[in-house]
Amino acid sequence: MKKYQFQLIALIGSVLLFSGCGNQNGKGISNGALSSSNAEKVYVAPGEQDEFYAFMSGGYSGNLTVYGLPSGRMFKEIPVFSQFPTSGYGYSEETKPMLETSFGFVPWDDAHHPDISQSKGELDGRWIFINGNNTPRIARISLSTFETEEIIELPNSAGNHSSSFITENTEYVVAGTRFSVPVPQRDMPISEYKSNFKGALSFISVDPDHGHMDIKFQLMMPGFNYDLSHPGRDKSHGWFFFTTYNTEEANSLLEVNASQNDKDFIAAVNWKKIEEYVNNGGGTMMPANYAHNVYDEATHTATSTMKKEVLTVDPLKVPGAVYFLPTPKSPHGCDVDPTGQYIIGNGKLSADLTVHSFDKMIAAIEGEKFDGEAYGIPILKFEDVLAGTVKSGGLGPLHTEFDGKGNAYTTFFISSEVVKWKLGTWEVIDRKPTFYSVGHLMIPGGNSRKPFGKYVVAMNKITKDRYLPTGPELEHSAQLYDISGDKMELIYDFPTHGEPHYAAGIPAELLAPKSKKIYRLDENKHPYAVTSPDGSKVVREGNEVHVYMSMIRSHFTPDNIEGIKVGDKVYFHITNHEQDFDVPHGFAMIGQNSSELLIMPGQTKTSVWEPKQPGVWPFYCTDFCSALHQEMQGYVRVSPANSDVPLTFTLGE
Amino acid sequence: MKKASIIMMIGPLFLLGLFYFPLWNIMLGAPQYPDPLGMNIHIDGIRDVNEFDLKNIDGLNHYIGMRTLPKPEDMWEFSTFPLVIGGMVALGVVFGLLGYFKKVSYKWFLGWFILMSILGVLGMYDFNAWMVDYGTNLDPHAIMKLSNADGTPMTYSPPLFGRANMLNFQVTSLPSIGAWLMFVGMTLTLVAFFKGWKNRNFNAIQD
Ligand SMILES: [Cu+2]
Repeated sequence: MKKYQFQLIALIGSVLLFSGCGNQNGKGISNGALSSSNAEKVYVAPGEQDEFYAFMSGGYSGNLTVYGLPSGRMFKEIPVFSQFPTSGYGYSEETKPMLETSFGFVPWDDAHHPDISQSKGELDGRWIFINGNNTPRIARISLSTFETEEIIELPNSAGNHSSSFITENTEYVVAGTRFSVPVPQRDMPISEYKSNFKGALSFISVDPDHGHMDIKFQLMMPGFNYDLSHPGRDKSHGWFFFTTYNTEEANSLLEVNASQNDKDFIAAVNWKKIEEYVNNGGGTMMPANYAHNVYDEATHTATSTMKKEVLTVDPLKVPGAVYFLPTPKSPHGCDVDPTGQYIIGNGKLSADLTVHSFDKMIAAIEGEKFDGEAYGIPILKFEDVLAGTVKSGGLGPLHTEFDGKGNAYTTFFISSEVVKWKLGTWEVIDRKPTFYSVGHLMIPGGNSRKPFGKYVVAMNKITKDRYLPTGPELEHSAQLYDISGDKMELIYDFPTHGEPHYAAGIPAELLAPKSKKIYRLDENKHPYAVTSPDGSKVVREGNEVHVYMSMIRSHFTPDNIEGIKVGDKVYFHITNHEQDFDVPHGFAMIGQNSSELLIMPGQTKTSVWEPKQPGVWPFYCTDFCSALHQEMQGYVRVSPANSDVPLTFTLGE
Repeated sequence: MKKASIIMMIGPLFLLGLFYFPLWNIMLGAPQYPDPLGMNIHIDGIRDVNEFDLKNIDGLNHYIGMRTLPKPEDMWEFSTFPLVIGGMVALGVVFGLLGYFKKVSYKWFLGWFILMSILGVLGMYDFNAWMVDYGTNLDPHAIMKLSNADGTPMTYSPPLFGRANMLNFQVTSLPSIGAWLMFVGMTLTLVAFFKGWKNRNFNAIQD
């Protein structure tokens, strides 16, 4: 205890020292006392734990990273859409099916918007969902194992960006199309985009017990760009709101051609109405081809199934299901406040925020006060649905979240700042600079009915000089603000992996107690598992050899194998026999055209090796598992293809 | 004598707790085990404190050449102890009943206490002998063979009572609920004896 106190004093002392020689944080405050209290706010002492989990999308890393708040410490990178040699995800036989698509094996994606499952509009911490933007996919990750359990591909979609947002009882995870495409895909002139392309909005049902996803229907909307979306909540539960841009339907030089209309739309979709229509037999089943990949925790194995049809819905066939709300200047974020009353359009090419009123929208629909239509979809009058405008004084509003105390926080990309404003009065309360060019921000639970409004994390697109330079390529940078007072306070900077486009936060107490420590060996249903120490064997089936191997501190069973021949395909099925928390073992084979495996206690993973030359080839454990880790190794004797060395396997002989 | 006999009937019943609660508890804590490993010693076998603790203790002990922890069928004690405890409970209750109906005097209560104490001491002796054997009778091919400062081979017997450091582990060995219940029960039989002794003149007149 004394030691920690000393360290704390030393830390505060050093902060005082540094803040004394020129503070570069924004307004150049050199108030030592203030800085030291900020240091205390983010200081999580050795051995202590953070108050919140933050799940940050990895953008072009294709993965999801887990951080602690307020410390900014990174705990884990969860492989989702990208091969991950660290654990063997996407390399092991069990996980390769996770990355199958209708385009074949796609080992990468661009992961954007994580969202945690909800019950009654509040975070329930069962799963987190995230979208792959490039090859349209949605993944579901377990929040007890922190592993990807399911990936579903989306047909008829491209640029899966207005995704993956969840309705308030996790009835649906919703995914929209940013790049409209011909549906079905066909060879046609690009210049005939206008009125020929479609933007599919997919409603994917989530099984309430095991979380399995299934495309309930795709709403085939006009060929705009559907940028971001959010569900209605509480009073507006049953609706979903999507921002659009490029309502001009330009197909080239969009930066100019898609920015000509003074107003684009927020599409308001009454999904309950469409669900009812579909449940009564509505919609058109169309041929499709998309992958559905499910990982089974009991067999530790994923399977990939190609689905062959999808139910599509023409919005014009369901009267009263879809309306357009005119919203200025290519809105990006589409955010709904915790009461469900306000729908915020963040017009990224303007200075102001447009706030629509759900009550006014319903009144306008009931009064049938339309301002024309687009492709048969009624457009509501801007003035009739407008609740207010936030005259922010900033430039380029992108995304808004809420603190649950009647305040909203909006990022401004162009003017690099976070602006705090009041719902209802639309007055700006505070503004703080970010460093630099902030994209999304995140308040834990900030897109639910019950935000935990203590911190806001701003995810910046540009890092420049915030950290020691690392050549031309830099990690992105997040900034942490304390929002517990009237004024926001920038308290911490930390680098983030990949490019976080969005994040989801949740109080640690909701997740930490149910985080799994081991996989039970007695529940391991892997067909090649070795569940008892004497169950190891090596079986030849033609030129395929299956090694049923177990591992425990600090040996493999078997660790000497002979009788393998050049031209064989050797499957190492390896079961970790530990049942102790945090005792993984690894497996790596010399010259293998694959990655290592990192196998958790009670788990089985499989690695394929195709030996190319005769010899005696070693393998070893890659995880420093014990004092005898260096001894955890073995040999495989490889003989020429025509040899008759008998197949043997031994340990300790 | 009635009160004394009733107390004598109740006291031995506390020993029944041994059929449910552990007699002794040994915990092993180390920096890399923030949740310490532990074993509960019951009269019919050794069990985990948290699931897989015994497996993990065995996994660690194999480095220093200790045998694996005994299963109930590996030691005669685990089949004998329940019979002895059951027998002593029955005997104590019978003594109380006989006292109640004035068939035996309060001196028999002390007799039961003394017999139980002797058995208890024997049990502790046996338990300690096992721990010494378990901690010193090591596999000659052990992975780690450590020596004390004086060159003698290091041994790893956990303490019978209290705390000791063994390599990177701090070992704590203490009586558990079953033992405490047994102490309460035995104390009650002693109380029964004293009550009987105090009222001996009155009893004599009554007789
Ligand atoms: Cu190992």
